[in-house]
Amino acid sequence: MSVTYLEAIRSAQEKALRDDPRVFIYGQDVGRFGGAFKATKNLAEKFPGRVMDSPISEDAMVGMAVGAAMEGMRPIVEMQFADFSTVGLNQMLNHAATTFWRTGKPCPMVLRLPSGGTPGSGPFHSQSMEAIYSHYPGIVVMTPATVEDAYTMLLEAIELPDPVVFCEHKLLYYHLKSEALPESAVPAFRARVVRAGRDITCVTYSAMVHEAVAAAGELAEEGYEVEVVDLRTVKPLDTDTVLASVARTGRLLAVGESWPWGGASAEVVARVASEGFELLDAPPKRLNAKDTPIPYHPNLWAAHRPTAVRIAAGLREVLRY
Amino acid sequence: MAIRTEKRSHPAVPSSQNLDYVEKLGRTILRARVLEDKLGNLYRAGRIVGGVYLGKGQEALSGAGGLALRKGDIFAPLIRDMAGRLGFGEPMVDALRAYLGSRLGPMKGRDGNIHRGDLTRGILPMISHLGAMVSTVAGVLVAKRMKGEKGRVGLTCAGDGATSTGSFHEGLNLAAVEKLPLVVVVADNGYAYSTPNERQFACEHLVDRAKGYGVEGHEVDGTDPMACWKVLHHAVERAREGAGPQLVVGKLLRLCGHGEHDDGSYVEKKMKSSDRGRDCLKVMEEEMKKKGHEKEWQDWREEAQREVEQAVAKVSAEPVPDPFEEDWRATQSAGMVEVMVAS
Repeated sequence: MSVTYLEAIRSAQEKALRDDPRVFIYGQDVGRFGGAFKATKNLAEKFPGRVMDSPISEDAMVGMAVGAAMEGMRPIVEMQFADFSTVGLNQMLNHAATTFWRTGKPCPMVLRLPSGGTPGSGPFHSQSMEAIYSHYPGIVVMTPATVEDAYTMLLEAIELPDPVVFCEHKLLYYHLKSEALPESAVPAFRARVVRAGRDITCVTYSAMVHEAVAAAGELAEEGYEVEVVDLRTVKPLDTDTVLASVARTGRLLAVGESWPWGGASAEVVARVASEGFELLDAPPKRLNAKDTPIPYHPNLWAAHRPTAVRIAAGLREVLRY
Repeated sequence: MAIRTEKRSHPAVPSSQNLDYVEKLGRTILRARVLEDKLGNLYRAGRIVGGVYLGKGQEALSGAGGLALRKGDIFAPLIRDMAGRLGFGEPMVDALRAYLGSRLGPMKGRDGNIHRGDLTRGILPMISHLGAMVSTVAGVLVAKRMKGEKGRVGLTCAGDGATSTGSFHEGLNLAAVEKLPLVVVVADNGYAYSTPNERQFACEHLVDRAKGYGVEGHEVDGTDPMACWKVLHHAVERAREGAGPQLVVGKLLRLCGHGEHDDGSYVEKKMKSSDRGRDCLKVMEEEMKKKGHEKEWQDWREEAQREVEQAVAKVSAEPVPDPFEEDWRATQSAGMVEVMVAS
């Protein structure tokens, strides 16, 4: 018996629908069809009237969730692809995110974003949006990398009183498996040391955690111990865990699948450089995707995003300084 | 199907039998106008920071919408809806607290002027992005339906310019699909800031769009208070009885600039002197005089003036926000305690 990352997301939604009458799901094709990736399969039948197909109206989908949240519900909006959430950005960034600050009243909603690259998906079905959402105050941005986190963090997201952007990685949906659903969770907003090491810290999140772990394995054969830190939640950012790791290793490589201008990896480097400068034995380095739209062909795509090979090369560069 | 009221329907002359009916709308129009005149003065005296956006000339349409709602309904006004707010029951001090930045106001100085609301009263605080409130009110109504709350109506206001946004379209279409008790009131005042209708849309009548959305449409002379009263009450009741979204288009002019910083000099003289440029307050005053209610009108005006002066005095003495007491937190999550490096 095993559970995939996608099944964990479906199970978390099922549990939330069962336990909390305020929860409902709204999105394109999420009803009887079960969603483009089947993240809501069978949920419409099990919870009649609470898993609703929406028109192709990302702005109104998010706006509707904002209103429902103001009225005390706990809406989950599924974007078919993270990329399409740009159409709903206004409602998320200017409405959901400002409500608590402006009114003192909560706006508890979850925006689920099927994120990140998969082979052949191209410029409009591959994006990672965490940098944009994290830039705006008033939103929690989660980027789970494991089956366990996909389950526990989604339940957490639904319970939080704030708007949450839940970036789930499509590459992990079907292939990432675990024995069973977890019974306990890492504390909210805390990063996790995935693999301990004393020579260099690799801070990353989402699917890149698995690439980083593979790179750490490669470096181990060369005699280096790489500490891999999974941020789990990029906003708020667990600076303490990152600094504590850099204090142990003295070196940092921050990796993100998204574009190089700004973003979570830049924030990690900025914080370590300004708050932990004296902990460093080498200049901190960042590794991101190339600064172009995401390519369609697998040959180009594999070279566009960071991979274990590129991460290993980046780690070596910092280690050799 | 689009139901158009007669192009030039004059109001049913208020009679002494239904003075109560007339009084509600008359007082609402007067309170809004007197308050907004005062806000203009406070702006020119430098007492208000930021913009001041008034609804002069639009009080009948707006006020009728607010008055048509009941307690428990939802109202999401736009920038020219002082009358609707007062009609729905927003206390006058809330407007002044938002404009003067009182800490006791619903927005506590964190947001100002027309971006105020009070969710506990069912008044949604608008964001500046036009059309955004349509889907938001739809969401409140979906939530009420899921909770089993019956007989509630949501009403939101827009201008001719907002009808060009994707948000407006997406929101109204969503509400139509869900057959929600939503009333969308479009105050077509001929100009979106300075842009005239002919640069805004190409259809002959905005209300004709109702058919395309599959909702009921109503057009009304927005300068005619009693016609507004009738049409808005009808539309709200249609929504309440389950007839789905209602699109109401009122034609009128704003009798001021876009904001108090703007003199509105781009509004064509011809349009100002047309029937569309009538002042709904004057129309109502004339009707009152004709029926011998001059004294009542005068009393209502004086009462409104006293109320405004008292509210200004009260709010002027209230504390303003203090940056050292502000907690500077944009989220409520208990664990979210990180202090940003830049701060």
